[in-house]
Amino acid sequence: MQIPAPFDYVRATTVENALELLARHGPESRVIAGGHSLIPMMKLRLSRPEWLIDINDLFELDFILRDGGELRIGALTRHSTLLESDEIARLFPIVRDAELVIADPVVRNRGTIGGSLCQADPAEDLSTVCDVLGAVAVVRGPGGERSLAMQDFHRGPYQTAVGQDELLCEVRIPIKARSGSAYEKVERRVGDWAVGAAGASVTLAEDGSIADAAVGLTALGLEHTITEAAGLLRGKRPAEELFADAGRLAAEACDPVADQRGPVDYKRHLADELTRRVLRQACARAAQPAAQTQEG
Amino acid sequence: MTVIHERESNPAAGDADRPIGYGRIQRKEDPRFVRGKGHYIDDLVLPGMLHGAILRAPVAHARLVSIDTTNALAHPKVLAVITGKDLEGLKLAWAPTLSADVQAVLVTDKVRFQGQEVAFVVAEDRYAARDALELIDVEYDVLPPLVDARKALDADAPLIRDEIEGRTDNKIFDWEMGDAAETDAVFASADVVVSQEMVYPRVHPAPMETCGAVADFDAVNGKLTLYETTQAPHAHRTLFAIVAGIPEHKIRIVSPDIGGGFGNKVGIYPGYILAVVGSIVTGRPVKWVEDRSENLMSTSFARDYIMQGEIAATKDGKILALRTNVLADHGAFNATAQPTKNPAGFFSIFTGSYDLQAAHCKVTGVYTNKAPGGVAYACSFRVTEAVYLVERMVDILARKLEMDPAELRLKNFIKPEQFPYANKTGWVYDSGNYEAAMRLSMQLAGYEDLRREQLQKRAKGELMGIGISFFTEVVGAGPRKHFDIVGLGMADGAELRVHPTGKAVVRLSVQSQGQGHETTFAQIVAEELGIPPENIDVVHGDTDQTPFGLGTYGSRSTPVSGGAVALVARKVREKAKLIAAAMLETRPEDLEWEKGRWFVKGDPTAGKTIEDIAMAAHGTMTLPEGVDGNLDAEVTYDPPNLTFPFGAYICVVDVDPGTGHVKVRRFIAVDDCGTRINPMIIEGQVHGGLTDGVGMALMEIIEFDADGNNLGGSFMDYLIPTAMEVPDWETGFTVTPSPHHPIGAKGIGESATVGSPPAIVNAVVDALAPFGVVHMDMPCTPARVWAAMQGRATPPI
Repeated sequence: MQIPAPFDYVRATTVENALELLARHGPESRVIAGGHSLIPMMKLRLSRPEWLIDINDLFELDFILRDGGELRIGALTRHSTLLESDEIARLFPIVRDAELVIADPVVRNRGTIGGSLCQADPAEDLSTVCDVLGAVAVVRGPGGERSLAMQDFHRGPYQTAVGQDELLCEVRIPIKARSGSAYEKVERRVGDWAVGAAGASVTLAEDGSIADAAVGLTALGLEHTITEAAGLLRGKRPAEELFADAGRLAAEACDPVADQRGPVDYKRHLADELTRRVLRQACARAAQPAAQTQEG
Repeated sequence: MTVIHERESNPAAGDADRPIGYGRIQRKEDPRFVRGKGHYIDDLVLPGMLHGAILRAPVAHARLVSIDTTNALAHPKVLAVITGKDLEGLKLAWAPTLSADVQAVLVTDKVRFQGQEVAFVVAEDRYAARDALELIDVEYDVLPPLVDARKALDADAPLIRDEIEGRTDNKIFDWEMGDAAETDAVFASADVVVSQEMVYPRVHPAPMETCGAVADFDAVNGKLTLYETTQAPHAHRTLFAIVAGIPEHKIRIVSPDIGGGFGNKVGIYPGYILAVVGSIVTGRPVKWVEDRSENLMSTSFARDYIMQGEIAATKDGKILALRTNVLADHGAFNATAQPTKNPAGFFSIFTGSYDLQAAHCKVTGVYTNKAPGGVAYACSFRVTEAVYLVERMVDILARKLEMDPAELRLKNFIKPEQFPYANKTGWVYDSGNYEAAMRLSMQLAGYEDLRREQLQKRAKGELMGIGISFFTEVVGAGPRKHFDIVGLGMADGAELRVHPTGKAVVRLSVQSQGQGHETTFAQIVAEELGIPPENIDVVHGDTDQTPFGLGTYGSRSTPVSGGAVALVARKVREKAKLIAAAMLETRPEDLEWEKGRWFVKGDPTAGKTIEDIAMAAHGTMTLPEGVDGNLDAEVTYDPPNLTFPFGAYICVVDVDPGTGHVKVRRFIAVDDCGTRINPMIIEGQVHGGLTDGVGMALMEIIEFDADGNNLGGSFMDYLIPTAMEVPDWETGFTVTPSPHHPIGAKGIGESATVGSPPAIVNAVVDALAPFGVVHMDMPCTPARVWAAMQGRATPPI
């Protein structure tokens, strides 16, 4: 049995209480939600927090809520809840695409969207999903609440803008008409970290041309979305050649590293191949009648 | 699960759900497993029990400069810290392996692989034991490691076993089988010769339960009770007597429920010995259970063969000869568990299922700075590597000759009338009907339709592959005059007692790790005596309660222990005959047996059931002269030959042309293991082995970086397949009984592990044929398949 180094443990009762506990126990404390990244690291003694602040009782952070032109998702919402939500699948099919390939049911039953985003693992899928959907992260701390666009929230591998005394509370995703999205991942085995993945979100204009688009990559050495691809796609009509051009841009923009999952040339190839696939799928979904009626 | 072409193997059984004898019955052991009531090593709690933890080396090759245990000993819950120096004083620093080598229990001079045992902490709880490991201060002088087996014999290679006097290189053995000159002559005159290097990478058994032990040394009477995760309790008892110097009658080995073995639990690991030392030093029971990373990094791996294969044939597809040179990486110590005369196990069965004119193999074993081992993982003593070699070579030949691989196999099979068949490397195959199995497999698969579908898909740029593997296994060692482990002949014992009320207990020398022994062996007794299986208790795993024997590995339980159990039951039946004759006041030769009773020939109403006879055997009746007052017997079965199960496997894969991802769409497995005792258990064994095969073919590998760091030390890095990667298995069977086995049974435990990897790789290579790919090494991960499609297939090591 792998055994973590000694630590203390406390269960927070409310968000305020969690913030108090974070302030009280300082830099050696860590918030734990699903625990599927933190606990393995602790068992390998790669992470040695002195305090664990358990937020699993904060039911106020477990919600999916349509609020005007936004969908609000509480940070403690489990992967399995996201996967099972038909409303999310209708509005943002990319979320169900991604959730279907995140780990396995055991992990999905415990892991949370907030935990995934805050862990910010380079192979983590929901960061790419939130990037391409233009999500906003709502963070609370001693100074009150602040909202951060994903490019401000996510600062690099394992790094976010969430301060030691702050808590990610929810994610807000704008709802747009005539939009579609998609995610595709290549993995050696179900539950393995991604060899590479790509996500795309597309909004069509009334004439069927691309009004806006975002493409992001997972585990391929690229933070945030590929701005060149968005620039290329905007104003054009969806077409295979266009997707191929975007794929080429993705391959150029990424900066993967070789590991047991694959060498650099293969990963660059995946950036290209998967970008084409998700754009094709996102455009097809955006053009479906159901996507026309969504309120902007 | 799809089961095709199934029938009861015992049509005579009246109640098909609960046959008294062979047939499909639910496993007797499952109620306790499915209710969480199994009793594994980590469930064991003894009064006053302490906990041990092992400090392991962080580097692969380093001189040990110093160890300071002061701070660890100062931990309030630590009772002892044991180092290599302490063991040297006890003459326990080195222990013999099962292959005529020695292995360090704790490092005394230098570290030889990453994860090697350096010190052992005994503490009041497992948390304190782990915490104290961090308080031990070790200084290492790091040496250049030898990681690449191909460089092991270079003049400038680091010398790993410098503690052995006179040793100047890293070679462990050279071993040859077959006639080299004869083989070379056939090759020289053959129309067609193809050759291919192929790698069977290092993989790991990764049983669900890791290894562990609870040692309880009673200083008053000098008796050691050792609870261990072992597949071979009796062999361990003898070895512990030799290693630890404790008299053998003062050692009791208990192997409780085992959560998977696959060969991983054959050897004696330093942790077991350290638990014993810990118990002797502290005077209290000591538990040691390794964690997942320890299991993956330090216990017996499997495979690690680099094979150069060559096959010779006529231009119309008659295979003439095979030869191969193998480089075998055994790690830092030769700690495989091969029979003494077979350092490369049964690899010489690489002639496969084909009638050849000549064959020759040469295997060179070398040391490297990696974990020791090499027999493990359901390999049937290296038959896995042998079958992979021949089945890949036959496919490569088929491509060269532009022949269908099924047709090429059918053309070259050993024919039914050729059995018993002596191959060119010294084996005598007992029985087989290869063509029947192959044709059944092709029929179940719809082979012709699959080939048509493949052509249509290829025209559209889709990559579909069909792979065939036909394997001949060799399982059930002895005979003991030919096969031994450290001098212990590979035979097995069985004891049977029929109680006065007709219930029975059968005691075995083999030990189940999940194979269903409590059911299978009860069914064998039931078949022979007519006592219902639920009335037969199967006892195993405790050396104080069971007869001597070599244990469960290499698919030997049914071929060896199954023979012992059938024979002991027949011995009881013959004894029952004498008693029944006395009861019926007739002569034994006037009696006839039907399942469960002896009756007078010509007068079926005059008979005695086994229950009647059991009561009489223990009762007041005067028994015939020479008959003991019981209905018990014991035997040791020394098999006259091994058994040779076989099978025909067909795999269908789809490869994503854009990503190289392989999906196993279908897998058809036709197995022939002779007489089938419990078809459900056989299917379970086959399903497990096929799943193993998918793992090895597609994802499993223990890799090392240039510094000798193990890159497969957790389940995040070492992948094993899940239900998502495997198709619904389609199983079928033929029955060709073994002529020499008491019940005609062969082994089945490893058939699917042996047979499935080449079927899958052959399918992947077949799918990639449009890219000109003739070979790619395992594992067929997306990146490696894509590289092969680019014409850049590379060996994994």
